[in-house]
Amino acid sequence: MTVLRVLFVLVGLALSGAASAQVDDEAIRATIARFADSKNFRETEEIVRDLAATGDVRVERPLSALSDGNLSFRKSDRQVFIAPERGQTATLFDPLTGEAAGEAPKGDFTKVKVNNSLRRTIRDVISGLTLASPDPVVRLAAARTMFIAPDAANLEALDAAIAAETVTSVKISLEAARASTILVSDAPDAAKFDAIALLGQRGDRETLSLLTGFAARSQGDLQAAAQRAIDTIGKSLALWDIGQNIWYGISLGSVLLLAAIGLAITFGVMGVINMAHGEMVMIGAYTTFVVQSVIRSSFPGLFDWSLTIALPLAFLVAGAVGLALERGVIRFLYGRPLETLLATWGVSLILQQAVRTIFGPTNQEVGNPSWMSGGFQIGQLALTWNRLWIVVFALAVFGLLLYIFKRTAWGLQMRAVTANRRMASSMGIRTPWVDAFTFALGSGIAGIAGVALSQIDNVSPNLGQGYIIDSFMVVVFGGVGNLWGTLVGAFSLGIVNKFLEPYAGAVLGKILVLVLIILFIQKRPRGLFALKGRSVEA
Amino acid sequence: MITQRLFTGGSNRRVLVTALVLAAVAVLVPVLHLALPPSSPFHVPAYMVALVGKYLTYALLALALDLVWGYCGILSLGHGAFFALGGYAMGMYLMRQIGDRGVYGNPILPDFMVFLNWKELPWFWYGFDQFWFAAIMIVLAPGALAFVFGWFAFRSRVTGVYLSIITQALTYALLLAFFRNDMGFGGNNGLTDFKDILGFNVQAPETRAGLFAASALALALALLITSAITRSKYGMLMVAVRDAESRTRFIGWRPENIKVFAFTISAVMAGIAGALYVPQVGIINPGEFAPANSIEVVVWTAVGGRGTLVGPIIGALLVNGGKSWFTGILPEYWLFALGGLFIAVTLFLPKGIIGTWDSWRASRRDAAERARTKAEEDAAPPPVDPATGRPVRVEETPRAPSPGLSGGPAPQPAE
Repeated sequence: MTVLRVLFVLVGLALSGAASAQVDDEAIRATIARFADSKNFRETEEIVRDLAATGDVRVERPLSALSDGNLSFRKSDRQVFIAPERGQTATLFDPLTGEAAGEAPKGDFTKVKVNNSLRRTIRDVISGLTLASPDPVVRLAAARTMFIAPDAANLEALDAAIAAETVTSVKISLEAARASTILVSDAPDAAKFDAIALLGQRGDRETLSLLTGFAARSQGDLQAAAQRAIDTIGKSLALWDIGQNIWYGISLGSVLLLAAIGLAITFGVMGVINMAHGEMVMIGAYTTFVVQSVIRSSFPGLFDWSLTIALPLAFLVAGAVGLALERGVIRFLYGRPLETLLATWGVSLILQQAVRTIFGPTNQEVGNPSWMSGGFQIGQLALTWNRLWIVVFALAVFGLLLYIFKRTAWGLQMRAVTANRRMASSMGIRTPWVDAFTFALGSGIAGIAGVALSQIDNVSPNLGQGYIIDSFMVVVFGGVGNLWGTLVGAFSLGIVNKFLEPYAGAVLGKILVLVLIILFIQKRPRGLFALKGRSVEA
Repeated sequence: MITQRLFTGGSNRRVLVTALVLAAVAVLVPVLHLALPPSSPFHVPAYMVALVGKYLTYALLALALDLVWGYCGILSLGHGAFFALGGYAMGMYLMRQIGDRGVYGNPILPDFMVFLNWKELPWFWYGFDQFWFAAIMIVLAPGALAFVFGWFAFRSRVTGVYLSIITQALTYALLLAFFRNDMGFGGNNGLTDFKDILGFNVQAPETRAGLFAASALALALALLITSAITRSKYGMLMVAVRDAESRTRFIGWRPENIKVFAFTISAVMAGIAGALYVPQVGIINPGEFAPANSIEVVVWTAVGGRGTLVGPIIGALLVNGGKSWFTGILPEYWLFALGGLFIAVTLFLPKGIIGTWDSWRASRRDAAERARTKAEEDAAPPPVDPATGRPVRVEETPRAPSPGLSGGPAPQPAE
């Protein structure tokens, strides 16, 4: 029996709700038509409020048009249209349904006048209306607007919306909006304490500024409570800041890892410093640019695949240049590391100038595929997709290299040559081949690093120069001939850099890192993970 | 025997001749510039004086690098930093000499400080209104930096490419630091708009001629001093450290002390070069700290021949002359040429021009000597064993190759 009665009441409620939402089209149209007769802003505002009172979501269209200054009426029959103007003609739309209603010369129409205070009213009204929208995304946006700009008049609408809300995330936002609204209303102190407690748990920057504003205009216990909440939020924000810095550091570290790991391989195996390594990165970035240009002009549909196509190409192009460099120059300079350094510097000058001559000295535009643009938020942490993908990519490259090093015959040969070249040679390993392909591998890795860097940096002939010294620092810090050293070196340098930046500024932070590395080399001249044994002492 | 042959031979006479030529140029060029009318065919135009004067300071820088690289085996990729530090010390003196003739007319503060709204002179600018103080700083600033840096680096046995890389990081860090406006060195724009040096107008032809003469004489003097150093006990120890550091240490010397000594002396020379460079070009800015500049110095030295004192001077003059000529006719291709030069010199001319010349001369002399001794041996009857009466075969002692100072790339340790 009771169950039946509850059901009956619920059905009745639902029906009445549906009925109230289904206001007669004619009534709304009549209200809209009154815009044509409005004499001043006060009357217009009344009409706006009347429209809002209908509670129909569809009135958002004419109200937005009014706010944008696109609502006009025909001089001849005083009919109201949404009539955006282009040149001398106006395109007509029905104010309620938004259906196109032809075109007409602009002179036939008069705009309904609007000012800023009216626009503010319209915004409040619309956010109140959108609380009733069937789309949860719209409701969430409305709740956020009301949270940031609370208005005591919205309190009842919010209460109603909270009661009706079924989606949890929207409900949480609505409750926050209600709390912030209570703080600006003349609600009893007890309700305000509850509101402060609720807000105190949120802990984002907007809440902080909201509460700071509240603390400034309240007194006594309320102010103390608000202050406590502010302190709590401040502490949690500080923690999030550390998290954000670590993330930035990891992001920078992954970039450094990509740029340095190829260098670490060639340096480790061959004892050769490749000053043209940065230019291999640049070649990879330019390969991406060329691939994207071809895709843009010939296969626009493939744009999201451009990076996937560019990766193997960049590896091959940069690897081929590296192989040519090894066979053509470096091979003749073995055992003379300082001269190799000079010769590869010369190569880097030539490559830079060649790219400048072919593509011009200006930055080239490389686009982000759709899956790499934008970002998202975890708590107070802002993450962008391109940075996240680069971290994932750097780790994937690292894992792949580790596999090659530890599990393949080629990797075994490389490790043997690193450990003791003469012994490896005596065992039948063809060290010149190992050298050549190691160099090609290192250059190829630099090439795919260029593909990744093209997503976050300017693609210009100087791209490589910006990374070369940092990469050397990573290699020197991490130790030679050890991939793990490079990993640890890259991430610790990245994180230290980003932690120093807020205190010392970007440039001074970098200088401090350089000084720290120079001091670090004093302690461990062969890096963090030095090779042990006789071979290193040469 | 071998050392005697090396030291009494060509290299010393060549140093003397070069120093004399430089001294003659120091006198002759200013005289030809000032005394002759522009119409005379022997008149040296003003731009030439400025240009060659600049090259002479570059040559001094290359000579400084040669001392550490050619003789001590330390490839410094950061010598531009010492050059620029000396330049900044001179620039600060010249800035203070502007006085109230700057754009803002402030008698104490240089223009850029007024522009940045600074109220008083930073402490490290005190004293730079006196030339003697600036002169001390020109020597002291690069010297102290090199001493501290070298002491740290060499004591912990940072060698080879590691050392090259951290010297590059050093100049890179200084580049970043000097770009900052709040460092108090004029930031991006550096120091410029100089008016007077020692009371003479910087722009006047007489002053320019004087600066030219000073550069040439400084270079000549530095050449004689380096020559004396390399022939001293310390010079021989430097070569010993270059060729076999561990062995030198085991014999009982301290290679780090020798290296710090060479590095500091070299940095001071580079600083003096920078100080002479600044008034001649009229500006010093953080661009001088760029790692690329320092590496270019290395190629001048390599082209001329490292480990030969005269080589770097010739290399610096040749490469810079070539650069001026090249950038005049084919500006886009200069970097191709420079890059090619780096590769070509390391691949085909590792000893540089002078070093290759020396080894060619030595091999010709050796060939001639061998031919003569062979002719003498053929003419003389073979020695006869008194016991048996049969001719004795004379073991020809292999002539020790002359690895010496002039020539030969530094033997690298086996891997």
